[in-house]
Amino acid sequence: MRIHADIGKCQGYGNCVAIDAKHFDLDDDGMVVVLDDAVAPDELDTTEEAVRSCPVSAIWTQAAGGPADE
Amino acid sequence: MSERVVIVGSSVAGVRTAQDLRSGGFDGEIVMLGEERELPYDKPPLSKQVLVGSMTEDEIGLLGAGGWDGLGVEGRLGQRATALDIDERLVQVEGGDEVEYDALVIATGVRPRTLPGALGDHESVFAVRELRDGRELSRALAGGGPLMVVGAGFIGAEVASSARSLGVDVTMAEALQAPFARALGAEVGQHLTELHRSQGVDVLTEASVAAIETTRDGAVVRFADGRSREAATVVVGIGTTPNTEWLASSGIPLEDGVLVDEGCAVQAAEGVYAVGDVARRWDPATDVYRRVEHWTNAVEQAHVVAQQIIHPLAPAEAAKAPYFWSDQFGTKIQMVGRPHDADRVELHTFDVRGSAKTVALYSRGGGFVAGVTFGWPRGVAACRSAWAAGQPVEDVQRALLALSSGMAPVA
Ligand SMILES: Cc1cc2nc3c(=O)[nH]c(=O)nc-3n(C[C@H](O)[C@H](O)[C@H](O)COP(=O)(O)OP(=O)(O)OC[C@H]3O[C@@H](n4cnc5c(N)ncnc54)[C@H](O)[C@@H]3O)c2cc1C
Ligand code: SF4
Repeated sequence: MRIHADIGKCQGYGNCVAIDAKHFDLDDDGMVVVLDDAVAPDELDTTEEAVRSCPVSAIWTQAAGGPADE
Repeated sequence: MSERVVIVGSSVAGVRTAQDLRSGGFDGEIVMLGEERELPYDKPPLSKQVLVGSMTEDEIGLLGAGGWDGLGVEGRLGQRATALDIDERLVQVEGGDEVEYDALVIATGVRPRTLPGALGDHESVFAVRELRDGRELSRALAGGGPLMVVGAGFIGAEVASSARSLGVDVTMAEALQAPFARALGAEVGQHLTELHRSQGVDVLTEASVAAIETTRDGAVVRFADGRSREAATVVVGIGTTPNTEWLASSGIPLEDGVLVDEGCAVQAAEGVYAVGDVARRWDPATDVYRRVEHWTNAVEQAHVVAQQIIHPLAPAEAAKAPYFWSDQFGTKIQMVGRPHDADRVELHTFDVRGSAKTVALYSRGGGFVAGVTFGWPRGVAACRSAWAAGQPVEDVQRALLALSSGMAPVA
């Protein structure tokens, strides 16, 4: 799975960072930064929890594009 | 695993419970009862983006693109639960229907407390809790002011901020001497009060409202000390009451909310859980039952309950750092922890690439108990991890310094 973020939507609430600091951080302007967009199968639960914790649905996961992506 | 989960309440705590159940692999039936007829929507934007028109009603929907079907939930809207039988495992619905459950999730939230008088006529006097309130208040504000906000709480403060950005004259009346002090303490309350005054809000203190009378073109707010003010629109935000009346005869322990254990389970009734604003959850770290009216708390508890329903024998996830945000006058106010626990509060200003960021650090015996940041999301993220790690307040200050380019000189 890959993480996608819509910076335009992000409000800097930081819930994603509090739950999944491996994949998410905030920059100085309080915008989400995806540290690593690849989510391993055993990390998916935590990343999905982070996704649902975002009050403005600015982040989501999607199956990786092609086989080369895996 | 339970066969049928019934969720009562169709707001964020209920909807997230359903979503977490599905993503956790629950493949039984999920029925959601909701008193309101609206499709589930999110509340924080009601006092912010919805009022100023920067978010539409579609954008605050909670179900996602797939709707009920995508989620695999039977949504029954406009259906109010009226009673619970924990022995027969039945929820009674207004109109006479009964719904059986294997697991029941109580997510009925809270409603605004009212003042004697003309509250909630939806012409000139409002409380902001439901989409309908946001919709009608936004229409009222579009007609101009003045607006009177009764109660200096977060929701009232956000309404004041939204109204100012629409060019409406705003007065805010607080019964206590220090606005916002109840939630934030006197120092930080003062800081926030100054922010409001600097943005043109007329903040009245020690102004306890005796009555609100509606008139032909608005309302008159009468204060206990004899003062009175006219306003075209009045918004009352003076606290809330948990929606637990429907549980009164159920035998479930109620005490300003539904008392639940660490895993959000009602100990006296098998298969019954409570989440979100209505739940008073036991905190093993401090041995206190607490009810929290924050969005993130509702989402976290939904996750806990979904896990408990799917894996009944697994230990419950521990509670995370309490967290709350509020948007006022373009400033993000973010809070971590519990300011009430503090015996000391310090206001600091950090220089973040040339812009001054105010942070309040609350401590007790040197231990960090809460932090409030003004316009510095990265700072609050650091406070959140420090709170979870149980750091002393000095270390938190050091961590914030490391994130900034130094302490700004005190203005
Ligand atoms: C205007 C506003 C702004 C806010 N801003 C912020 C913010 O900036 N940051 C933040 O952290 N939090 C904020 N909050 C708080 C946050 O929205 C709440 O914590 C959250 O909505 C709690 O969700 P809940 O599902 O527990 O309860 P609620 O949202 O109260 O939902 C309860 C639902 O249950 C339904 N219900 C009640 N009784 C019954 C019954 N007997 N049968 C069937 N259905 C029933 C109700 O109709 C309602 O839909 C705000 C709240 C409001 C109102
Ligand atoms: S939770 Fe959402 S709004 Fe908050 S920082 Fe993460 S992406 Fe941004």
